[in-house]
Amino acid sequence: MPESGAERLEQVFRDAGRPLFVPYVMGGYPDIDASRRHAQILAQHADIIELGIPFSDPLADGPTIQAAGQAALDAGTRPSDVLDIADDLRDGPPVVVMTYFNTVIAQGASEFLGAAADKGVAGIIIPDLPVDEATEVREAARAAGVALIALAAPTTDDARMAEIGESAEGFVYLVAVTGVTGGEMTMDDRLRALVDRARRHIPVPVVVGFGVRTPDQAEQIGGIADGVVIASEIIRRIGDAPDADAADAAVDDFGAGVAGALRP
Amino acid sequence: MSVNMRFGPYGGRYVPETVIGALDELTEAYERYRDDPDYLSELGVLLGHYVGRPTPLYRARRLEEAWGIDDGLWFKREDLCHTGAHKINNALGQVLLAKRMGKQRIIAETGAGQHGVATATASALVGLGCRVYMGRTDMQRQRLNVIRMRMLGAEVHPVDSGSGTLKDATSEAIRDWVTNVDTTHYIIGSAVGPAPYPEIVADLQSVIGIESRAQMLEETGRLPGSVVACVGGGSNAIGIFRGFLDDADVALVGVEAGGEGPSGRHGASLAQGRPGVLHGSYSYLLQDPDGQVAEAHSVSAGLDYPGVGPEHSHLRDIGRVSYVNATDEAALSAFLECSRMEGLIPALETAHALAHVRDGAASLRAAGPVLVCLSGRGDKDVDQAGAALGIDASA
Repeated sequence: MPESGAERLEQVFRDAGRPLFVPYVMGGYPDIDASRRHAQILAQHADIIELGIPFSDPLADGPTIQAAGQAALDAGTRPSDVLDIADDLRDGPPVVVMTYFNTVIAQGASEFLGAAADKGVAGIIIPDLPVDEATEVREAARAAGVALIALAAPTTDDARMAEIGESAEGFVYLVAVTGVTGGEMTMDDRLRALVDRARRHIPVPVVVGFGVRTPDQAEQIGGIADGVVIASEIIRRIGDAPDADAADAAVDDFGAGVAGALRP
Repeated sequence: MSVNMRFGPYGGRYVPETVIGALDELTEAYERYRDDPDYLSELGVLLGHYVGRPTPLYRARRLEEAWGIDDGLWFKREDLCHTGAHKINNALGQVLLAKRMGKQRIIAETGAGQHGVATATASALVGLGCRVYMGRTDMQRQRLNVIRMRMLGAEVHPVDSGSGTLKDATSEAIRDWVTNVDTTHYIIGSAVGPAPYPEIVADLQSVIGIESRAQMLEETGRLPGSVVACVGGGSNAIGIFRGFLDDADVALVGVEAGGEGPSGRHGASLAQGRPGVLHGSYSYLLQDPDGQVAEAHSVSAGLDYPGVGPEHSHLRDIGRVSYVNATDEAALSAFLECSRMEGLIPALETAHALAHVRDGAASLRAAGPVLVCLSGRGDKDVDQAGAALGIDASA
């Protein structure tokens, strides 16, 4: 029997012996080929790739990811196109896709997750599917061998952290700030206490994201958590690049910088 | 008493984890205060002396003659509420709740601007800061309401994403709430959104149905044969329907935005959508095969929404309410007809309900008195309807 997505993800944490780098690529931004290239470049530096499937109404995302998702949709990106990018990343680090619940249920959760598994996807993050609504999807994900990655937030109380911990697999995505993506985190006692609280209640690795922008911040997060997600900052650098070659180079530089900062 | 979280399979709380705690807090607060004598007395006094409730039941004799309604056409006059629509019933109820929950800031979304004006009004009344999210397109077509909100001290925040309409304003309001959830109460204006909002809004709007049922019995000695209301998210409709759900012989009819007609763009989620998740609840939704939410279209900003409240989805499936639609063109002509035959300029949203009473199946007009929720007045629409109908102020 092939390894499940959860097993593949947990294996990466065990093998690394250091905090993991989880960069985000929006599938289809600025176009499908470019996003495939960016994912492949980041795969050289990353431990896990988070691949976004664009959705029309992304409630957890700030302006940067919203705009990138809209551009991807305007260019005709479909979920199957993004899953094809995952297929092309099979030789690299495990891929988790990030999308919203309506994308998952539009064709049926089992069908969607089965298609993702066929393309080698290890996990899925659904930011508008809180733990108490997730039972059916979690079963479908388990049946497909895809880990349903739960989210926890600064406003999640201890009892709920424990509830999230009970069903967690792969890792838990801990949101560093009360807010949407693309803000700026600050390393302070509050964040340290949050990560500490999450680790106490959650038996799987805890990866922190939302508002992480620089290699320095990644290193700070690496000091207290099992991994760090960087998303909006990468999209911003792609958007600021004057042409496709410059965007590729910017992604490569940034990926190398963060990976270097997380090395012991 | 516990608050409904689902209506059949519809509803739920499909929102980022960050706001789950606030939804729990709101649920607990509503369970605590919905029957609390102090809360009910404060709300009751405001509804009576500030909003002007109970709103009258009015018999529209000229229209009933023109449209061939034998047993009478009755309007529940929510247009006479302070601020000009039923939206104030919900805004006041929620702002009093926010005050008890210790929130310092109010946010809202608005389409036609009526909910924004109601929320700005209620916030001014209790002295809370207020920000209203409104799509850029809607700010242009409902410009008078933008000015009203600003006069009332609210900050109107334009939303440029998507089509710049109600859907986009709602998404942006939810993002604000995700960011400022500790200090802020989000007053959703329709019977949509994550639980417990659909139940709270329906409960606060049910005063429309409770009053009009008693008024119909008093005025006519009988229940209406049918009750007709327009449906965008569906708050005025669920408010009036709730008075009659148990009266099996009363036909309930919701009228969605038919937009440009059968081959064009529209806002008829219940007629042409399929279930999905938008803005935190599972309900009928206009969407493409991949689940991308479609852009709705309606001449009326308040019905220009691709989703609908989850209770309506349930009432549709169980067959208790029939959902139909009226086109932009039919609504505009009913708008003018009501203005000229009754001296009542209705909101363009409301005009959809009137258009269906005029144009729908003859059985509607033949089977007992017809009760229409006259959900709002049309002052806000004079620029846009005037342009569409060729009426202006030139000498």
